[in-house]
Amino acid sequence: MIAPNFRTVQAEGPSFVVELSQFTGPLDLLLSLIRDEQVDIYDIPIARVAEQFLARVGTLGLDEAADYLEMAARLLRIKAQMLLPRADGEDTWEDPRAELVRRLLEYQQMREIVDLLERRGEERRHRFPRRFVPVSVDITPLNAPLALALGDLLGAVDRVLRTSREPTLHEVIPRALDVAGAMTSIRAVIAMRRHCRWSDLVGTDAEPWQILSVLLALLEMAKLGELQLAQHQPFASVEIRRDAVSEAA
Amino acid sequence: MTPLAKLLEAALFAAARPISLEALAALDSEASPAAVSAAVDELREHYDLDGHGVELVEQGGGWQILTRAEFAEAIERAQVAVRPQRLSAAALETLAIVAYRQPIGRAEIEEIRGVAVGSVLKSLHERGLIDIVGRGEGVGRPLLYGTTSQFLEQFALRHLEELPRADELAIALRGAGNNAVVPE
Repeated sequence: MIAPNFRTVQAEGPSFVVELSQFTGPLDLLLSLIRDEQVDIYDIPIARVAEQFLARVGTLGLDEAADYLEMAARLLRIKAQMLLPRADGEDTWEDPRAELVRRLLEYQQMREIVDLLERRGEERRHRFPRRFVPVSVDITPLNAPLALALGDLLGAVDRVLRTSREPTLHEVIPRALDVAGAMTSIRAVIAMRRHCRWSDLVGTDAEPWQILSVLLALLEMAKLGELQLAQHQPFASVEIRRDAVSEAA
Repeated sequence: MTPLAKLLEAALFAAARPISLEALAALDSEASPAAVSAAVDELREHYDLDGHGVELVEQGGGWQILTRAEFAEAIERAQVAVRPQRLSAAALETLAIVAYRQPIGRAEIEEIRGVAVGSVLKSLHERGLIDIVGRGEGVGRPLLYGTTSQFLEQFALRHLEELPRADELAIALRGAGNNAVVPE
């Protein structure tokens, strides 16, 4: 059995505080750990690196953590795979770290391009072109076929959705119903008249809260047995009658 | 300066974007491509040798007149023009991947960078540095992105081939067969 080649590094090495926003992602963090430890990228001491990685991720905010946690899980799986015993004379052993190494190299290669772009972009940034806004004179005949790039179309859809997503807001003024007040005035009306109509209780200029108050008051009083409500046909005026029972009481 | 060089200067001054040699040649139907090329060289040398505040630069698939870098500070301080904002590290990484692997979908970029790139792609698209160039095969027919001429312009690249080839980079990827690392 071949033991994985771990470099012996003291776990109690100088730990330092890392600003995690300085990393653009888990691969960036991993690469920086490997550089700090000065280990061979083709022979990463996975247990040590996984431990360091988790320690740094521990200081992360939850928003960013998902991508880092996925990598942490990957590292731990590789660590476990490295510990699996292998049969003697097995020479076609595939290193569990191979895929990670491939990704790290690919990432490192991309970072080289980033450096190049950064240099070129910085040089260019200090040189101004002419500031010329062309006046659109492009008059397309009405019957011309519609020429539209997919990107333009999606951009337009996005703009439309963005504007239509704006909700129409209107202010809601809280106004408490006055059911008790309505009951008092209904009692005053039916004390004088044996029966009356809805229109006797609610004026034509009544506010919605007043109408609702009267309606609730009527229902409440009918339940209490103070009056009877009747409607002889659909949409006909509601008749309100002093209850005979309560009168007797 | 020759009349042709002056004509090119006038056209380049009026242009909003870099002008290709072919477009410059269209300015004078009697001039041969070689003569246009020579006139471009003449104009560039005129700017360089006679000490002008502007220079003629080949980038973004054509020629463009740009102010010299040494004046950027003063121009910005006087609020005549403002230098564009630098891209974030995340945006540059994403842009580098698109530049090298185009046409490329979001999932592939995320695989290389190891993070979600949805919002970065959107802002690069809004800045006109990348564009949707098609749709890929597979589930959901993902959008594929590529770089634009605006990208070349902003990074002072003549064309995409000016970027080093992947195998010319210091860290050239080993062949797929060499990926398995054999420990001692």
